[in-house]
Amino acid sequence: MVAIKKLELAVGVFVALGLVAFFMLAMKVSNIAELGEDKGYKVTARFESIGGLKIRAPVSLAGVRIGRVANIGLDTQTYEAVVTLSIDPQYDRLPTDSSASILTSGLLGEQYVGLEPGGMDTYLKNGSTLKLTQSALVLEKLIARMITGAADSEGSSKKP
Amino acid sequence: MLESVRRLGRLALRFLQRLGKATLFLLGLLGALAALCKRPGLIVKQLYSLGVLSLPIIAMSGLFVGMVLGLQGYANLVDFGATSTLGTVVALSLVRELGPVLAALLYAARAGSALTAEIGLMKVTEQLACMQMMAVDPFARVFAPRFVAGFIAMPLLAGIFTAIGVLGGYFVAVKQLGVDSGAFWSQMQASVGLVDDVIKGVVIKSIAFGWVANWIAVFEGYDAIPTSEGISLATTRTVVNTALVVLALDFVLTAIFFGV
Repeated sequence: MVAIKKLELAVGVFVALGLVAFFMLAMKVSNIAELGEDKGYKVTARFESIGGLKIRAPVSLAGVRIGRVANIGLDTQTYEAVVTLSIDPQYDRLPTDSSASILTSGLLGEQYVGLEPGGMDTYLKNGSTLKLTQSALVLEKLIARMITGAADSEGSSKKP
Repeated sequence: MLESVRRLGRLALRFLQRLGKATLFLLGLLGALAALCKRPGLIVKQLYSLGVLSLPIIAMSGLFVGMVLGLQGYANLVDFGATSTLGTVVALSLVRELGPVLAALLYAARAGSALTAEIGLMKVTEQLACMQMMAVDPFARVFAPRFVAGFIAMPLLAGIFTAIGVLGGYFVAVKQLGVDSGAFWSQMQASVGLVDDVIKGVVIKSIAFGWVANWIAVFEGYDAIPTSEGISLATTRTVVNTALVVLALDFVLTAIFFGV
């Protein structure tokens, strides 16, 4: 009887371990983890182009992650990208004239939204909009500009 | 010439014959499920020997595989300054492929071979025949509990393997090599989907592998030639066939779920 109880205990531990493993895979490894606990306040920002920005990309200020990209939409009137940022409630003293720009961490890294604090003494709150934005740097356009720029300067130098 | 063609035909026929026998055996297993429901204790006992006793090898292998992935991924990504994506590399390769496949291969070697040998020896010592004499159905008493227990154990083992692998990768990447912990997890979470990767990868694959691995193991034991040599042959066949079938099935499932 004792042997059977021990055996059942071991099996119980095994099954529990398996369930914990799946729980961890679901909560910690895959992206379900923060779906429910998004308590941050929402701020929108409009960009001409967001490049490769994705939902859940970090929002950082001075290199510190202060929130996440909650949603990305398109304004069909102005053809601008509307990015909703979810900012952690503890960072509630961001000036309203802060500017947002889409930056890349490293040459091939992920894109994130960088905030640059402004000087106003009113603070961003839920539903605010960031007025000053800077679009993502699209590498292709940059290269194209360099090439055409080089060609132009060559062309102009040949002209008398 | 004619002789070799005839040999080929004989091989094909024998293969089909065994496949048919295995299918009938599977039907017998499924038919015994109702009787099994009355005695869940049998399954618990088998869960112990197939699942609990496989835990150490699964946990150790998962840890080492995860650590190797962390090291290799770091060594290759550091040249591009992309070590923050290490979490993605480790988690995706484990969740999609390595977790279920390696767990199934280890399971076949550790538990499948033991299943075959045990049932084969029961056959050699005529225990199965004795049961039938006593009107005890060996399907309900011997085969089905082992099959069901293995079928339950396989996904759990694959989940444990994958989770420990991710932790192993975390240990090497973050604790040893100094990758940022936040980047490791957030990049991982950003690219691993619950349904797309965890369910389609670990869960469905390990259920499919558990099905074939246990089917093969129990059937090979049931079908073993009742001699000591026959048992050794059957055990070998279990491991070899399971490995082949699992890898082939993995290719098919990957093509279905992750193929373009």
